[in-house]
Amino acid sequence: MSRLEIPVPNKAQLVVEQLYRDFERRIEASPSGLCPIDMSKAFLELCHAQTCGKCVPCRVGLRQLKKMISDVLNGRATMETLDEMKETAVSIMETADCAIGYEAANMVYKGLIGFHEEYVAHIELGRCHCNYQQPVPCVSLCPAGVDIPGYIALVHEGRYQDAIRLIRKDNPFPTTCGFICEHPCEARCRRNMVDDAVNIRGLKRMAADFAGKVAPPQCQPSTGKKVAIVGGGPGGLSTAYYLQLMGHQVVVYEMLPKLGGMLRYGIPNYRLPKDRLDDDINAILETGVQVKHGLRIGIDITIDELREQYDAVLITIGASSDKKLGVDGEDADGVISAVQFLRDVGKDTAIDLKGQEVCVIGGGNVSMDAVRTAVRLGAKKVSIVYRRRVADMTALPDEIEGAIAEGVEVATLKAPVRIETDENHRVKGLWVQPQMISAIRDGRAGVKPTGEPEQMLPCTTVIVAIGQDIESKHFADAGVPVNRGVIQTGRHGGFDLLPGVFAGGDCATGPATVIKAIGAAKVIAANIDEYLGYHHVIQSEVEVPKPNMADRDPCGRVNMTEREACERICDFEGVEKPMTEAECRQEAARCLRCDHFGYGILKGGRATLW
Amino acid sequence: MVKLTIDQKTVEVPEGSSIMDAANSAGIPIPKLCFLKDINEIGACRVCVVEIEGKEKLVTSCNNLAEEGMVVYTNSPKVRRNRKKTVEMILSQHNSNCVTCSRNRNCSLQTITRNLNILDVPYEKELHPLPWNKNFPLIRDADKCIKCMRCIQVCDKIQGVRVWDVEGTGSRTGVYVSGNRTIEESDCVLCGQCITHCPVGALRERDDTEKAWWAIENKKKVTVVQVAPAVRTAWGEVFGIPQEEATMGRIADALRRIGFDYVFDTVFSADLTIMEEGNEFIERYKKGDTKQMPMFTSCCPGWVRFVKSQYPHLTGRLSTAKSPQQMFGAVMKTYFAKKIGVAPEDIVTVSVMPCVAKKGERNMELFYEEYAGHDVDIVLTTRELTRMIRTAHIDPLTLEEVPCDALMADGTGAGVIFGTTGGVMEAALRSAYYLMTGANPDADAFCAVRSTREQPRWKEASFEINGAVIQTAVVNGLANTRALIEALEAGEVHYDFVEVMACPGGCVGGGGQPIKDGFELAGIRSENLRGLDEKAQIRFSHENADVLRLYEEFLEKPLSHKAHMLLHTDHQAWEMPRSLSKEALIKASLP
Repeated sequence: MSRLEIPVPNKAQLVVEQLYRDFERRIEASPSGLCPIDMSKAFLELCHAQTCGKCVPCRVGLRQLKKMISDVLNGRATMETLDEMKETAVSIMETADCAIGYEAANMVYKGLIGFHEEYVAHIELGRCHCNYQQPVPCVSLCPAGVDIPGYIALVHEGRYQDAIRLIRKDNPFPTTCGFICEHPCEARCRRNMVDDAVNIRGLKRMAADFAGKVAPPQCQPSTGKKVAIVGGGPGGLSTAYYLQLMGHQVVVYEMLPKLGGMLRYGIPNYRLPKDRLDDDINAILETGVQVKHGLRIGIDITIDELREQYDAVLITIGASSDKKLGVDGEDADGVISAVQFLRDVGKDTAIDLKGQEVCVIGGGNVSMDAVRTAVRLGAKKVSIVYRRRVADMTALPDEIEGAIAEGVEVATLKAPVRIETDENHRVKGLWVQPQMISAIRDGRAGVKPTGEPEQMLPCTTVIVAIGQDIESKHFADAGVPVNRGVIQTGRHGGFDLLPGVFAGGDCATGPATVIKAIGAAKVIAANIDEYLGYHHVIQSEVEVPKPNMADRDPCGRVNMTEREACERICDFEGVEKPMTEAECRQEAARCLRCDHFGYGILKGGRATLW
Repeated sequence: MVKLTIDQKTVEVPEGSSIMDAANSAGIPIPKLCFLKDINEIGACRVCVVEIEGKEKLVTSCNNLAEEGMVVYTNSPKVRRNRKKTVEMILSQHNSNCVTCSRNRNCSLQTITRNLNILDVPYEKELHPLPWNKNFPLIRDADKCIKCMRCIQVCDKIQGVRVWDVEGTGSRTGVYVSGNRTIEESDCVLCGQCITHCPVGALRERDDTEKAWWAIENKKKVTVVQVAPAVRTAWGEVFGIPQEEATMGRIADALRRIGFDYVFDTVFSADLTIMEEGNEFIERYKKGDTKQMPMFTSCCPGWVRFVKSQYPHLTGRLSTAKSPQQMFGAVMKTYFAKKIGVAPEDIVTVSVMPCVAKKGERNMELFYEEYAGHDVDIVLTTRELTRMIRTAHIDPLTLEEVPCDALMADGTGAGVIFGTTGGVMEAALRSAYYLMTGANPDADAFCAVRSTREQPRWKEASFEINGAVIQTAVVNGLANTRALIEALEAGEVHYDFVEVMACPGGCVGGGGQPIKDGFELAGIRSENLRGLDEKAQIRFSHENADVLRLYEEFLEKPLSHKAHMLLHTDHQAWEMPRSLSKEALIKASLP
């Protein structure tokens, strides 16, 4: 640093800085199915360009590694090349002076171990046999394969009802997903390469908002077959919808007073207004799905009885019981599981928290739902207690931010040890052991005690939100394969030894997302249909507009806005505000139509039926 | 209708027209390479880009729609500059040894390079050749492939076989035989549609002309050549001879001048096929053999390869009759050899076919009889015939009408239409009617089976002959065939007799026919054959005098023991590699 001159970045450096940011977004949008060896080579070249050039291993060794990778890619390598690559990489890792060198070699080494089989295949075949697997990134990443470019184009034209019809071909919960889908579709949106991912979830919400009530399509002629579905959550209802459209008669067994499962009794109203959930459920019921409420499987009716009465049976009971902390005092008065807590709210039988201090243990989305609900129930102080850091929480960043905005305290790096109770066995506080962040294992930072003394967080209610379990005992007894509480199906959603019985959703995967349950529902509906001896097809008559050819000039993403925190904590009404129609159209126009431009038009662009 | 401006011209076109179609309608042909209407509209080559006023980026005209008020420039400086750059990029990875290429002077890349006046390519040449079995009837030169993906799309969508696939990513993306197979291991049916739809010379048939020249040169050998019906309606395209002058008689003259000793018309053995296959059908029909599943025609070797690889359990549903090519070969080496007093080993049988699969068919060890060797020794495509005419530097304008050689000279209109979709069925029904009633029907009585390349999936027709109801179907293109078989197997349809031709439009659209990039000529070729049938003096196979004499003097009668030995085959005697997953194949084909 010069003593006499203020440093000014030169122009080239400024442009390179911009390119770094462009590249970060590009990496984010990197499609799956690319040749991992070609990618390794590309990374290595980038790493090598970062070299200062002082030390031999980094300056020369990386170059030799690059040559050997090229040989593999060009069909000129042998198995000895791989050995030499490993030795060279290890040598660079062990001798390079700084991280630029040893971490570059480490990246190559990780690949040599991690995709060894691909390396061998390249050598044996003499060429690359990888297949581009993500023609339309959003559709490929949506577990239900919703025709996203299709409905965004419809939204752009203001054809909201058609957009809902098109979504329902693959997902009968357009409104619900418009509010709360975790939108894996946006993760690798190609628009990232231009500026930012399209707000796909927001556009779906707007389609649902503007469309109003949209009737479901006509059912196909009745087959006379009957299917029982145990559990009226998103998985069960989605399967019910498609089976009913295929012409089978579905009867849903739901133990709770209303349908919707976790959507109704898990997700708070402020995230998913229940009248909007009813929009989806009513459309599903309109197809003729029948419902029997109040019957508990294993108590009021058994799986074997259902197998006798129906042509097929589907288990979609979700994951509705809670996981235990396993600490002293957990049985105290004032300790409640998040599942139970949120269900009580959903049933309007919630406990009054006015003036209370509440600790919620856990860093997932359910924990955020619990803290924000506790705030709305009038608690004086609500804290998230979490073993790791905020960055390690599995909850969506928006949910964490929302909670903090609503005045929730975040007590991170605190591992619960025991619950302090008073003489009436009521909660007095939560003892925690302070933690420090530690070594990274399997990509996740671990924690270890700091050695400081335990601390007590005074509170009167402890809500445990560390995961959910599945009530699978009855099914295990009936011969359904269960492992660690999770029902074990084949990839078709059925069981080799129990023909005609299927399972799906959280109970077969462990707690997951709505859209995953819907994706599984499609597969199961198709398999039940085939099992019943049919091959019905689900399709949509909606014609998708041709893509517009406008230049894709960079344009900011329209994010959803929220009601002010001080206002929204006073009620359970929806937090998220809609887009205006102008925002909605601008956002829809950002879609790059990967179904038409790029690989999508060659293969896998648009699935019009399933 | 939408109104737009293209190169200052006002153009009005129906809504939904592509910019390219709109320009075409205004007499502005936009250059293109990868585009194939309805089959490959993927905008991969970027040659057809145009400039749209108000838009920065160029737009492909093949797969983007004309819009109201659009102002399009197909030849602005920006377009021209970029089009040239793109073609230079393609050339940097294309083996441009044009003089030794089968598609020299018939290559879309060559044409556009010439039109853009590209004299120097600024990029270093980078070729990526791949090994290939040069003995296989279908040859691929990877370093000529421009990755337009047409072969993949035609095989997927039109033929539903999926022999080709795009593999690799990034700069190494290329076209390969799908599923890590070699071409020999694959279920390629050898239809050759990938060849006729390749814009360059990356795909071609194995050239067998040198073998033919060798046989002609060899004094000991007697060369006997046959020419398939569909050849006459297409070969003239290469020389610019109008259809009415591009006759079988002139082909016969050319073949004689090339040096073949005897020239025959496969129409003769098409009639012979009808005698065998027609009688076989009536026999099987009467036995109730067609109550569940139909009898399928067997004259198309592409179809035979298809059924044996995709639906092996249906192999027994094929007619056991050999194809006209094979029948003719068998008769040449027995009956004809005896007649002219030449040992069968000294006869070289050559056939000129519109087909690549015929090169595969001749390889099959199918014969039972006394002579050594194959029914047919050398198979040439129509394209190879035209190359031999050129090699012999015959001026096509000097060719004269010359009859075929005696003994097997006759051919009927029924035999001529073997070359077009529906023709085998029509010819068979004409004779079946005679066989069942003892009288001839009106020659056009079965025109309901006449079919086209464009018909939806397949064409069905039902006829009552002497109280017997015969349900027939005619299908061309193998994706359509797959749909038909799926419907048959699902019990959705029932037929007694089904004609299948692998190529769209039948042999007239065969993979061995002359290539005119971007044009599907099966339709007009087919009309020509039907015209020849209409004008023919004899339109019933069972009235072919030479065929009747062949039975009288040699074969006794249709389906006789001798006829079985020579003219029928055991389809189970050889195996085809099995297909990829059926679900993927059904999904790939066009609706």
